[in-house]
Amino acid sequence: MIGNLLYIVFSGVAYGVLLFLMSAGLAVTQGLMRFANLAHAAFAMLGGYIAVTLMNSLGWPFLLTLPIAALGTAIFAAILERTLFRRFYNVSQLYQIMLTVGIVSMSVASVTFIWGSVNQPVRMPDYLSSSIAIGNFDIDRYRLFLILAGGLVVWALIYGIDSTSFGAKVRAAVDNRRVTASCGINVDRLFMLAFFIGSALAGLGGALSVNLVGLSPTFAVDFLAYVLIVVTLGGHGSMKGALVAALLLGVVDVAGKYYVPQTGPFIIYALTVVVLFWRPNGLFAKA
Amino acid sequence: MKRYRRATFLAAGMLILGAGTVLGDQTPIRIGVIYSFSSAGGTAGREFNDVVALFQRQHGDTIDGRKIEIITRDDGGIAPDNAKRLAQELIVQEHVDMLAGLIFTPNAVAVGTVSTPSKTPVFIVNATTSNIMAKNPYMSRYSMTATQVTVPLAKYAYKTGMRNMYVIYMDYGPGIDSGQTFENSFTAEGGKVLGEIRVPVNATDFSAYLQRMKDAKPDGIYIFLNANGSGTTFLKQAKAQGFDKAGIKIFCAGDLVTEQVLPAIGEASIGVISSMNYSGTHDSKLNRDFIKAFEAQSGGLPPTFGGVGTYDAFTAMYKVIEAQKGQIDPDKTMEIVKTLKFESPRGPIAIDPDTRDIVQNVYIRRTELRGGKLVNTEIDTYPMFRDPSEHA
Repeated sequence: MIGNLLYIVFSGVAYGVLLFLMSAGLAVTQGLMRFANLAHAAFAMLGGYIAVTLMNSLGWPFLLTLPIAALGTAIFAAILERTLFRRFYNVSQLYQIMLTVGIVSMSVASVTFIWGSVNQPVRMPDYLSSSIAIGNFDIDRYRLFLILAGGLVVWALIYGIDSTSFGAKVRAAVDNRRVTASCGINVDRLFMLAFFIGSALAGLGGALSVNLVGLSPTFAVDFLAYVLIVVTLGGHGSMKGALVAALLLGVVDVAGKYYVPQTGPFIIYALTVVVLFWRPNGLFAKA
Repeated sequence: MKRYRRATFLAAGMLILGAGTVLGDQTPIRIGVIYSFSSAGGTAGREFNDVVALFQRQHGDTIDGRKIEIITRDDGGIAPDNAKRLAQELIVQEHVDMLAGLIFTPNAVAVGTVSTPSKTPVFIVNATTSNIMAKNPYMSRYSMTATQVTVPLAKYAYKTGMRNMYVIYMDYGPGIDSGQTFENSFTAEGGKVLGEIRVPVNATDFSAYLQRMKDAKPDGIYIFLNANGSGTTFLKQAKAQGFDKAGIKIFCAGDLVTEQVLPAIGEASIGVISSMNYSGTHDSKLNRDFIKAFEAQSGGLPPTFGGVGTYDAFTAMYKVIEAQKGQIDPDKTMEIVKTLKFESPRGPIAIDPDTRDIVQNVYIRRTELRGGKLVNTEIDTYPMFRDPSEHA
């Protein structure tokens, strides 16, 4: 009984870490610019494809592909932001959604064109592919790695937001953009940097998720709902909110599938509804 | 008014066809193809084109002096309205003599509503739901039905000592059909189903489902998931969670472990037992030649059951055209279809005259590593097996 619970928490936290990496960037940029960037899930997908291509075509070791996936995704996203997204910051959210959903559709078609629609093969190094038996449970080494690596990134992010001057500026801009700008802080550049880092995280999350959830052109669509739930539950602009929401979603999703599989995806949507009834602006939203 | 105009078009089309027949002519015989070349069907679409190119290279593109012209349309995935519109267009405007293709059941059913009144023979390449055939007298099928391959798998599982099994399937039409067919056949044999899980179509993380099944301590599990994504992920997670170490055997339909997806699944596919109408290792000269020719065409990608279905549908159409010496009559076409019996790369196949559905060997295969390559080895055969549900 206790064993089952431990397993659910372990498995759910690993899943939650993935969801956090994929959504954290969106939470911050949404908080900063109020820009509804649904294409964020497509950035995560791009990270996955970069990692898989480096591994399969060039034979790179898995760990080395991770920073490149993050960097490559961030550069691509930054180009898109400078050339396209910035023109849409001051229009209604409906236009932003139309624009970015269009990009998601284009990403699905482009990825199918380049890589085909089959699930991408990926081989993990041996030290990440087997499992460690503890009692009745097989602790999947990859999930363990995910929790440790994800934990490191989470710590770095929270430290960065809480204790650096960049973080302080971001927090200030989320709270009140106009006053921040009037203090002489270049909010536009701040946003560019935050967008860059957020997209890098999405790329990293995408690369890390391939082994766990597979990678095919529908990835962006499959994860779009999860990413949006995390951002909405956490509250726009809150890194800690996104973290708590992602972990909660991960654990509840796993627990629901384990105990009441017949309810399908109902559980996580029910969770979303209940939380939003209680806190309409998300768990960590500033009033 | 609209209906009247359509009727005029049809009448005009038939007049032109009729005139052609009288002149004993050189106009081409037209085959309309409705298949999925974009969206989820992308890979299958590419395979289809490769097989058609290969087939025409091997068998020529003229019969009795008449050129065989293939007119291709993309239905874009599960889109019955689209498929129906394309069928109308091909019949009325392009004057096709027959139709071929169809990956998805809803599209096949929609095309049926056009094929019957216009008397257009349809050669189905995939669409594997049992109930399509009875309502559409101008259709014949060259793939398989989900029931046809699932029932032997349940029998085989029981025969090889499985007594308690867990069943997990995707919560949509084909998944529900296959999952419940497996449960019914397995219990009919005397086995016990410990439980079932319906997986939402967009599920990505299976760890909790796997743990739940593992806790029930079954002898084996039957899975039916989407071959393009979730099946691969599922099998990898099952290995990571120690299903092989716990001695839990995995049974599935062969589309989850086609030669094209095996590299993506990797080691986790070893030991999986599947049932299918075709496997790449089938030991016949025809199959070896087919694979060699296909790989030359595709640039190294191995063929799957979809490619074989396409190849056989074209063999059937060529046989039908040859037998009529180029004068195509729909009713005569269907009479000949009902007598078809030939050797396919998958083994011997025949068309059942009562149902116009395919009769073929169903192979039970085990995925193995052979010479550094993952393959499906045939370990048992249910010879010339009919879809049991169509003979109730």
